[in-house]
Amino acid sequence: MSKILVIAEHDAGQLKLATLSAMGFAHKVCAATGGSYAVLIVGHGIAAAAETLRSYAAGCVLVADHSALKEPLADRYAHVINDVARSQQATMVVGAASTFSKDVLPRAAALLDAGMISDVIDVNPDGNDFIFKRVMFAGNVIATVKLEGALKFLTVRSAAFMPPQKVAALSPVTSVTVDAGSLPAQIEFLGSEAKVAGRPDSTEARVVISGGRAIKNSEDFERLIGGLADVMGGAVGSSRALVDSGITPNSLQVGQTGKVVAPDLYVAVGISGAIQHMAGMKDTKVIVAINKDAEAPIFEVADYGLVGDVYQVVPELMEKLRK
Amino acid sequence: MKILVPLKRVPDPDTKIRIKADGSGVDFDGVKFAVNPFDAIALEEALRIKENLGDAEIVVVSIGNDDCVEQLRNGLAMGADRAVLIKAADELDSLAIAKILAAVYKREQPSFVLMGKQAIDDDSNQAGQMLAALLGLGQATFVSKLELIENNSKARCGRETDAGIETVAVKFPAIITTDLRLNEPRYVSLPGIMKAKKKPLEEIALSDLGVSAMSRTKILALEPPPKRKAGVRVKTVDELVDKLRNEAKII
Ligand SMILES: Cc1cc2nc3c(=O)[nH]c(=O)nc-3n(C[C@H](O)[C@H](O)[C@H](O)COP(=O)(O)OP(=O)(O)OC[C@H]3O[C@@H](n4cnc5c(N)ncnc54)[C@H](O)[C@@H]3O)c2cc1C
Repeated sequence: MSKILVIAEHDAGQLKLATLSAMGFAHKVCAATGGSYAVLIVGHGIAAAAETLRSYAAGCVLVADHSALKEPLADRYAHVINDVARSQQATMVVGAASTFSKDVLPRAAALLDAGMISDVIDVNPDGNDFIFKRVMFAGNVIATVKLEGALKFLTVRSAAFMPPQKVAALSPVTSVTVDAGSLPAQIEFLGSEAKVAGRPDSTEARVVISGGRAIKNSEDFERLIGGLADVMGGAVGSSRALVDSGITPNSLQVGQTGKVVAPDLYVAVGISGAIQHMAGMKDTKVIVAINKDAEAPIFEVADYGLVGDVYQVVPELMEKLRK
Repeated sequence: MKILVPLKRVPDPDTKIRIKADGSGVDFDGVKFAVNPFDAIALEEALRIKENLGDAEIVVVSIGNDDCVEQLRNGLAMGADRAVLIKAADELDSLAIAKILAAVYKREQPSFVLMGKQAIDDDSNQAGQMLAALLGLGQATFVSKLELIENNSKARCGRETDAGIETVAVKFPAIITTDLRLNEPRYVSLPGIMKAKKKPLEEIALSDLGVSAMSRTKILALEPPPKRKAGVRVKTVDELVDKLRNEAKII
């Protein structure tokens, strides 16, 4: 029987919605094969996030709250996950496919001598074991894989798993004892870039407006891409080209090596549609492409393509949407 | 100072990936191979550190069959000093690779390991973190800015996270994995290629390394992703707005 440990993710105490998709994965596995899942949240000042986690039918919400865990340092978090996975006798440890999970979970997996599969998009029981589907080669290949071993680590794509239904009965909370003295201290936190507040995160938004090399500078990005996002109540994203040229911060990059988004609507503004970019947005429900090159590969995946100059099309679009 | 840089042989990032008709694997017939772009960035960074310090030894290591010699020679041509090929036939997963790299680490005792954050074929993004855990070392992943500090005993690293850049310091020895914006790798020069031919390339059989590295991940089948249905071209902004409102009903 499965005993799944979901690793919750939060941003300074604010729960990331992708966590609920990882719980959705756990819920799906337990519904198919029996078993139960627990959620572990690690950090400091995480009571509110832990409270939110109680509404999703988890067997228990484990809270490792300590000032020494304020920053998500991989050595410390992996240490805590290792301890909890052992004491819970977990058969699977699951996190959302984010930079947080990618940093911490492989480290914890190796501490436990467990194999790991990244970017899982489907799971099905196979006798006493499971068969997974995962994405490889910049989204060009979907592999059906098995992972041997009594303990498996996974990251899951949030678009692939629905959050579990909310239930009235709250999951019990158990606090995890953290012995600060035994935590490793090989990584020292020096600081993080202040987040640009205001717009939603592209991985959590219903609409994402994304700009590419057609956008000449940050003012234009803010005016056209930011402006359109605001009109539509969406998030902003960008291709690697704009991040490389310093026009957008790395946190906006969509693609094989950036964020993977699957909103209801993705508007690609002056983006050519390189495979590495499309790896990050191909699972969107409706894709709109605006590009002056009628041959741009982005049109091959676009539901609606408009050939035109973004500097003319976008202001007109904003004006018409405002009406 | 000694820097260990693993190089993986992968299909060139610009190649179109074709799956064999029976789904048993990728059709590599006629495909050009390259050093994994993230690994090339790691090597470039190691070379810049060496140039800055005036001295350092850079060892490149690859795990796989004889074909990987091509990528190791490429690394030597870029400027690495020495290459090691760990001969292994099977497709190995990240944990197996991390175990092999841990054994190489113990033989080489480098000051630190610089490696790509992910390989562009299997896109797992695990090996560096696993290696750090196996060796009990610190890690800095997805690094786009790297600076040696405190008499070269530590690295100050800017990491690309979903929330933006995070800065950490790691004590050496440590495992550092590279992101795209760390640098732009140099091209290989003709004199570089000539010199590379004379540089040492050691081949070690996996069995001689004394690790049992079995892959736990078994790939059963491959398939292409579902194709999106063909879209339509709209001629005007009005038409686009109309489609989004009344056909897709998305706004
Ligand atoms: C290992 C690796 C990983 C990568 N990871 C990523 C990733 O995660 N995300 C990512 O995005 N890329 C990634 N890339 C880069 C990718 O290959 C492309 O180089 C990049 O996506 C191109 O960005 P772009 O479409 O904005 O620019 P371009 O390819 O230069 O396209 C610009 C487009 O804008 C159009 N255009 C220009 N001016 C106008 C105008 N005035 N009006 C309308 N249209 C206009 C042009 O017709 C063109 O189609 C990666 C590459 C490698 C090798």
